[in-house]
Amino acid sequence: MVASAAVRLFGMWASPAVRRVEWALKLKGIEYEYIEEDLSNKSSSLLEFNPINKQVPVLVHNCNPIVESLVILEYIDETWKDNPILPVDPLERAKARFWATFVDVKCREESRKAFFMEGEEKEKAIENLQVQLKALDEELEGKKFFSGDHIGYTDLAVGWMTFWLGVAEEAAGFKANYDVKFPNFSRWIKDFLAEPVIKDNLPPREKTVEFFRAFKQLGSCTKVNQK
Amino acid sequence: MAGSGNSEVKLLGAWASPYVARARIALNLKEVQYEFLEEQFGTKSELLLKSNPIYKKIPVLIHDDKPICESLIIVQYIDEVWVSSGPALMPADAYDRALHRFWAVYIDDKFVPALFGMMRAPTEEAKAESKEQALASLQLLEEAFGKISKGKPFFGGDTIGYLDVALGAFVGWMKAFEEMNGFKLLDDAKTPLLCAWAENFCNNEVVGAVIPETAKLVELAKVMQARFKSAPPAN
Repeated sequence: MVASAAVRLFGMWASPAVRRVEWALKLKGIEYEYIEEDLSNKSSSLLEFNPINKQVPVLVHNCNPIVESLVILEYIDETWKDNPILPVDPLERAKARFWATFVDVKCREESRKAFFMEGEEKEKAIENLQVQLKALDEELEGKKFFSGDHIGYTDLAVGWMTFWLGVAEEAAGFKANYDVKFPNFSRWIKDFLAEPVIKDNLPPREKTVEFFRAFKQLGSCTKVNQK
Repeated sequence: MAGSGNSEVKLLGAWASPYVARARIALNLKEVQYEFLEEQFGTKSELLLKSNPIYKKIPVLIHDDKPICESLIIVQYIDEVWVSSGPALMPADAYDRALHRFWAVYIDDKFVPALFGMMRAPTEEAKAESKEQALASLQLLEEAFGKISKGKPFFGGDTIGYLDVALGAFVGWMKAFEEMNGFKLLDDAKTPLLCAWAENFCNNEVVGAVIPETAKLVELAKVMQARFKSAPPAN
């Protein structure tokens, strides 16, 4: 266990990128101090530690700030070696990184469009999202988790889709229908959410739906800039 | 020939692509022998579509028939496989690695779209916005270089590292845009460290062989601009 003062996490309760980092910290049994940020009134500490994009999550370890949730995950894995989340084999590592960036860039883009847009553009985004979900579904064939028998880096990276996609669907009135169309993916969602580290570390659903509804009303893109 | 004995390495790419250049520079630094399979501009080969069905884009590294996609992922893969050949591309310290990774993501998210935005911009206003963003990104990278290089010639220190490859692969296109637009992206007054860095980078033998001549890129850019004017840009 590491002394709590050495590891600090700046976050925001509704953010999937922040939860992703918390899941990794908890999987590794790392003690940390959590600082909740009001993103409409950012603390001077956050701005000092992340002057470039001024977003959460920021992990501060021994006064060094690390930014970008996937970068933070790799840093955590390389610094605390117990319970590794990335595989050892370079090809498996490349695959893990591939799926993580696919989900963070491509799936998030289509989800964002499905959430904010209406009419034809919304329909097109849902269609594109389903093509992406199909690829994820195929990747899960014969595997309990993306990372194998236990959750790992890829699962943590895709993890936002187990909860926040459903929240976005409810808040914005659309359905990607993965429970009907993509059996592996639906099964993975249930298994992922049943993991103790995950189920004990999710925001309250109703409050999150309300929060997303408010965002859609605002037409704001603050949430979508969190990485 | 270095590294994994009889392993077969192929790279699907194109001479002008800076993303492909990243992979080629990394392979060259690690002294890996590979077959370069050139994709024809405007078409996608069967092998590309089969190896990268999700993105259908170059570069794709094919190592013993297994495809690896996405340029930054390819560079890390090369560094991790050919570990005993040539200097390490990733720094040894975990925090330094995080800095390299962060700035590489920044380059892809903010700098590159702005750089190519200048070419694709439909209006003068959009072009000016892209130019501003590109210059602002380079200013931040200049500061980052100051901190990360610790007085040495490269982001990687004495030798070329991951972040040098991530940014350096775009130096050819930066020079092309400077020539086409008549202004400096890297400026002795505003980004002196990056100016020196770019020179050191391009002077490296294995890099010099990969970065295309500015004149050829300018010619290609004019062809591409004509295409963008007649049709919306497609990836």
